[in-house]
Amino acid sequence: MSAASQGSTDGLADVDQPVVEAVNITKRFGSTLALSEAGIVVRRGETHALVGRNGAGKSTLVSILTGLQGADAGTVTFDGHPAPPLADRDAWRKRVACVYQKSTIIGTLTVAENLFLNRHARGPAGLIRWPRLRREAEQLLAEWSVDVDVRQPASTLTVEQRQFVEIARALSFGARFIILDEPTAQLDGAGINRLFNRIRDLRAQGVTFLFISHHLQEIYEICDQVTVFRDARHIVTAPVAQLSRPALVAAMTGEDVIMPEADRRSLPADAPVLLSVRDLVTPSGAELTLQARAGEVVGIAGGGGSGKVEAAEAIVGLTRPAGGTVTVDGRVLRPGSVPDALDAGVGLVPQDRHREGLVPLLSIAENVTMTVPGRIGRRGLISPARRDALARDTIADLTIKAAGPHVPVSDLSGGNQQKVVMGRALASNPKLLVLITPTAGVDVRSKQTLLGVVEEVRRRGTTVLVVSDELDDLRICDRVLVMFQGRVVREMAHGWSDNDLVAAMEGVDLHHV
Amino acid sequence: MSETLSATARPSAAPPPTPPGASSRSLAIARLRDLALVPAIIAVAIVGSIVNPVFLSADNIINVLQSMSEIAIVVLAQTIVLITGKMDLSLESTFGLAPGIAAWLIVDPALTRGLGLDLLPDAWAVPIVLLVGALVGAFNGLLIVRFGLNGFIVTLGMLIVLRGLLTGISGGQTFFALPESMTYLGSATWFGVPASIWLSLLLFAVGVVVLGYTRAGRALYAIGGNADAARAAGIRTGRVLWIALIVAGMLAALAGLLMSGRLAAVPAAQGNGAIFQVFAAAVIGGVSLNGGKGSVFGAFTGVLLLFMIINVLTLAGVPAQWTNFLNGTVILVALVVSRITGGKAQT
Repeated sequence: MSAASQGSTDGLADVDQPVVEAVNITKRFGSTLALSEAGIVVRRGETHALVGRNGAGKSTLVSILTGLQGADAGTVTFDGHPAPPLADRDAWRKRVACVYQKSTIIGTLTVAENLFLNRHARGPAGLIRWPRLRREAEQLLAEWSVDVDVRQPASTLTVEQRQFVEIARALSFGARFIILDEPTAQLDGAGINRLFNRIRDLRAQGVTFLFISHHLQEIYEICDQVTVFRDARHIVTAPVAQLSRPALVAAMTGEDVIMPEADRRSLPADAPVLLSVRDLVTPSGAELTLQARAGEVVGIAGGGGSGKVEAAEAIVGLTRPAGGTVTVDGRVLRPGSVPDALDAGVGLVPQDRHREGLVPLLSIAENVTMTVPGRIGRRGLISPARRDALARDTIADLTIKAAGPHVPVSDLSGGNQQKVVMGRALASNPKLLVLITPTAGVDVRSKQTLLGVVEEVRRRGTTVLVVSDELDDLRICDRVLVMFQGRVVREMAHGWSDNDLVAAMEGVDLHHV
Repeated sequence: MSETLSATARPSAAPPPTPPGASSRSLAIARLRDLALVPAIIAVAIVGSIVNPVFLSADNIINVLQSMSEIAIVVLAQTIVLITGKMDLSLESTFGLAPGIAAWLIVDPALTRGLGLDLLPDAWAVPIVLLVGALVGAFNGLLIVRFGLNGFIVTLGMLIVLRGLLTGISGGQTFFALPESMTYLGSATWFGVPASIWLSLLLFAVGVVVLGYTRAGRALYAIGGNADAARAAGIRTGRVLWIALIVAGMLAALAGLLMSGRLAAVPAAQGNGAIFQVFAAAVIGGVSLNGGKGSVFGAFTGVLLLFMIINVLTLAGVPAQWTNFLNGTVILVALVVSRITGGKAQT
């Protein structure tokens, strides 16, 4: 525990003081009120959840708690002492660290250099001593049991490794209060498990966490206290055990939200087979064969290395499969061709909306109609009127919160951006809709809308593939194919139990162990 | 909402996955990237000596090194700026303007048919050259860092403004009859080798140390790699960028002084068009135009390769009218060669 002792211990003597206390914080951005007399108290050694819908003021609170922005009014104290001035970054870093969704790791530098950026080990002439720096980095990672080669460029790290490296770096500054901003959004089930084990270990060593997540089950799993923000205000703080799930959701949304589920219907016996995937082999070796009928919602579940995303990307032509055929409504798709897939009536919500889903500076209208120039064109020219009309329909159908079709999508919250991606997938009235992790990083309400849309398009006879490891996503499916290490290991009809499905995704069969 | 998923429902954790092979391979590439052009340089040397045995003679090698020494210093300057994720097109104009201003202030109009002001004593030449470079860099920094203007357009504007300024003060003519204080560095010989070669090699050595082994140098990489992360790590990104632009301006000014010293004149067009060669050399040498990637040594191998190929073509007796065509071709071929040997897309 040398890092613990070498870190700042001033003020830690007073154990009764909360690690951080923010009182009556108000912050405006222009005309927008981001926080209105909100506050939070985090006590030593607890893992405190901060929840709220997108735009509730969580991010603003985080940037005020980490000293990136000053509050317009209100006070922040650490261990009973007033927060340091904003300019004194070192003082802030000794008190609090944040692992953001957006990485603060520099991909072009090595892991070792990232850990000691701007505080490199130096020799007498002020020159950096690389061997010592690498040794220190190895020691630091070993101390917090992070198994990563410090000489590799940080761009080669997985999301999970990157988070561990960022946590280790934060701890090495002496901070014992760490904010995790949606750390699980990009992790698979096994990765989340390892992260939680890490959090429990660190908590046992006296580290306090503020945990931000959209996944409520994670809060019940890992957190002691929960604070709910809504519309820039503090709503409630309570021990997790005393706040039931419906009560928590009600506090977040101001009303009750019920997630859609597949209803107990049976497909008409004569529903034609719309999608037929035969012996598909992805470049990484995952194999998939499946048939889906019109109006059927099929889930493909699996953990990080299961190959579910690769298989889905091969179906829609984003990657060129190593073998096999995909047939949509009797038409065999050209392998690796997105235009051909679009032409055949495939709609896609890709895995990473920032990378593949959206052009952030363009308007909602342009994004939504990107895949369907034919529908908005007139004699080869794009008709702005038709385009905007189509976009207005999408905004209304998906309840996108925006002033109009001309708002750039970069101005929207995460949930609304994802609705735009969904709108783009639906713009072509697809026969097959492929959704890859459609609700990653969106709030409860947007999730409800997005999943509700699936039910609607299903009724119109569209086949839907839901590729996800999120149980809420899979609950809307008529059946779920579970992939593990590149193979479909189980098929579960609607009505599966959570434990069975999770176990199957992890490659464990609860009934045959 | 979903049912409560208890912690025990998730099977116990496996060790974190490490991508097999991927990390060690990229590690090897990162180490070798600096040396990626060495095979190409050796190949050109062999071809050169076959084309003309003179190629590997000491005189010719010194000739190649001297002809590249001025541009090489500008490449060093551009490399510093590129690594921070910016670019400075105005360096080629600074290259001409800095010695031009010094000559303008110092040269006696009686000797040069009215060119020059004869305001300052000869000894001021070098300080003035460096000061002009620093001022240009500082002004670029003011617009780019303080006012947040786009670096490409700002320095493009500066390229034109500074070129026009030099044309204005010189009346489009060439400054000549330069004092010895201006010609010394570009024309002196130390230990049998031109001083400009020593200077450029020394500056590259200093560059390797500063960018590789000092916090300030590593800050350049951090800013180019992810400016927000660099700021979060306590790096004063604005100040570092500003200093990088000033240093780059001073290096370009010094390079211009060496060129003027070698030619004993400052033509109004000195450095005109050189920026393209500078960019080409930096990119061939593995410096990323997106910032955060590249090394000073790599940039040096880039400019060396470029000038060796030009030298081989000269020795092979290619007519002078074809020089520009071949320069462009050489840049494209060298890019392809370094793409093959470097193995990575040049972003």
